[in-house]
Amino acid sequence: MGDRNASYVRTEMMEPQAPPITEVGAIRWVRENLFDGVLSSVLTVLALLAIAFLLHELGPWLLNSVWNAHSLSQCREILQGEPGACWGVINDRWAQLLFGFYPSTLYWRPVLALVLLFVALAPVLFPSAPRGLIWFTLAYPFVAFWLIWGGSIWLPISVALGFGIGYATLLATSRLGLLISTIAAVVVPVLYWLLFSGDVAGWLAGVVPLEIRAVPSREFGGFMISIIIGVTGIALSLPLGILLALGRRSNMPLIKVIAVVFIEFIRGVPLITLLFTASLLLNYFLPPGTNFDLILRVIIMVTLFASAYMAEVIRGGLAALPRGQFEAADALGLDYWKAQRLIVMPQALKISIPGIVNTFIGLFKDTTLVVFIGLLDPIGLASAIRANSDWQGIYWELFIFIGAIFWIFCFGMSRYSMHLERRLKTDHR
Amino acid sequence: MKKSVFLGTLATAALVAGYASATTLEDVRARGVLNCGVSSGVNGFSAPDANGVWQGFDVAVCRAVAAAVLNDPMAVNFVTTTGQTRFTALASGEIDMLSRNTTWTFSRDTDLGFTFIGVNYYDGQGFMVPRALGVSSATELDGATVCIQTGTTTELNLADYFRINNMTYEPVPIETNAEAQQQYLAGACDVYTTDASGLAATRASFETPGDHVLLPEIISKEPLGPLVRHGDDQWADIARWTLNALVAAEEYGVTSANLEQMVAGTANPEINRLLGTEGELGAMIGLDAAWAQRAIAAGGNYGEIFAATIGEATPIGLARGLNAQWTQGGLLYSPPFR
Repeated sequence: MGDRNASYVRTEMMEPQAPPITEVGAIRWVRENLFDGVLSSVLTVLALLAIAFLLHELGPWLLNSVWNAHSLSQCREILQGEPGACWGVINDRWAQLLFGFYPSTLYWRPVLALVLLFVALAPVLFPSAPRGLIWFTLAYPFVAFWLIWGGSIWLPISVALGFGIGYATLLATSRLGLLISTIAAVVVPVLYWLLFSGDVAGWLAGVVPLEIRAVPSREFGGFMISIIIGVTGIALSLPLGILLALGRRSNMPLIKVIAVVFIEFIRGVPLITLLFTASLLLNYFLPPGTNFDLILRVIIMVTLFASAYMAEVIRGGLAALPRGQFEAADALGLDYWKAQRLIVMPQALKISIPGIVNTFIGLFKDTTLVVFIGLLDPIGLASAIRANSDWQGIYWELFIFIGAIFWIFCFGMSRYSMHLERRLKTDHR
Repeated sequence: MKKSVFLGTLATAALVAGYASATTLEDVRARGVLNCGVSSGVNGFSAPDANGVWQGFDVAVCRAVAAAVLNDPMAVNFVTTTGQTRFTALASGEIDMLSRNTTWTFSRDTDLGFTFIGVNYYDGQGFMVPRALGVSSATELDGATVCIQTGTTTELNLADYFRINNMTYEPVPIETNAEAQQQYLAGACDVYTTDASGLAATRASFETPGDHVLLPEIISKEPLGPLVRHGDDQWADIARWTLNALVAAEEYGVTSANLEQMVAGTANPEINRLLGTEGELGAMIGLDAAWAQRAIAAGGNYGEIFAATIGEATPIGLARGLNAQWTQGGLLYSPPFR
């Protein structure tokens, strides 16, 4: 105890030393992440070489970008033989790539429809949005149709009326039992659409004519087409997919067979076949002279295609639910639709979110396939632009522009789905 | 549930439209607009300009017909068609006529049930090679790699030509002209072959057109012309004679510039009959007397259209060649207006 002065006993605490230089900050990070072993080092060097090569090849091309040119030859004049991107084509034709041949004085209409789309989506996507907006969401398809196609406002209103009639029928017949009221709620509005909706619209237009300039759908093009087809397909394929998934798990043999045959048939056929059917085969079935809008036909086909995939994604979610959940719903005395709405679907859909968004993104990108049936989507317009003497021979700039815009949309969807998964995470994993 | 809605929509569309049994001419007049099928983009032949207005050699035929029938060259819906959809679009009535550099062949005319109304461009398949290759004739191409668009008649023509000349080649299959351009310039193939007009247009867009040569051999006949459906001869006559009027106008020296002066009256009865100041030709095809005047006023006579869209003054720079008037050693020959 008394040997305090022994030379080998330390009397004061050592100052903490700085960690070795290799264990802190950037150097540590580099060691751990880039040069952690021989394999890692080799891969890092290779990756750096690849990046340097890409920069060397693409750098001058991007740095010498020409924005103000009205033809490829003008670009070449400005560049004087140097490599350089000729973005003048985007500058010159961006409106066409976005809107196709939509009348330029009316560009505000699709733009407004797009802005309103985000307003309409807000209550669906974000719980913090005011709840009252949901009414606008329900009205949005009709507003958007009217804005984009134009014409008399009474046509979308009289079609919308059909949904109101359907709901009223559902309420009026609800005492007759679930099956009857469901059937009535489908049949009555369909009859209304088939027999009366046109007359109602005509009559209303006669009383209060209220119309804006109609734009035929063959003047649509570019990203407008992609977004119209994509958004409609996405919005319709989810409910349709849910119904098909439920149908496939149904105990009623007829419903089950219909759902299975539909899903397996659509999944067994490439989308391009369905598109050709829409554009070519239907022409032969429909009476000659019928003008059944091509874009509408394509939307229907794309929706059917996506809904078959959607049904299987959702069926996966349903299969993942413990049986106890279904039994609990029954034990509570809920009827079929209430059990689905309150207990089964919220959980099944949550499980399926990655798969659903995956299908959405796939569907949105698949819209470029319409180029094969002669619709001028961005890819189709790119080749139409190249067919002009001014821009023949331009290639990468158009594809990079189109790719960038698609990437923005798809990346946005993907980020939102991750956000949604985090928000809905209720387990403790 | 939703399915029945779709079927309902289908049925409505069918019911509302009903059966339109009128002739094509009546349909077009009732509609007030001509539905004309064009390609979704071939340089010089049909392409939208920066304002979205369709321009080109094939487009001009549609405009002339619209002017003759509807008195408005802009009253045309241009329906873009691809190589696969063009014939169905016409057969099903989605379009009234197809003007999409389509080769007139036996089977298309007979088996597919169309009527070609004439030839507006005599084309043929040619070859383009880099000048550095030092080739001056297609017969020296033995063993070459050839960029070729798949699924076209050019593919078959190429195989025939090399077999006849006892040569071998290695095909590099490609899908579109734009892709072909990239492949050819990147050196993926020694030779690019397609219709000579397409080759000229493609070469014109190169950074250094002088480094590439078009070989003199033309290995196939490609008479490109507009077509209509079988079975409505009146409509076919209107389209055919509109095209003939453009050709005849060039032969007789009627241009969009001197049209008014010619309409005032000339000493040439053939011109007078063409322009409707003499005779009743218009009434014979169900149109008024001034139909040809309007067709010519739309874009000028055949020569003017050629010069403005694909001629030597344009970047495409095609010579008239076979497409000159018969009086100039070409093949253009309109039957008399009598």
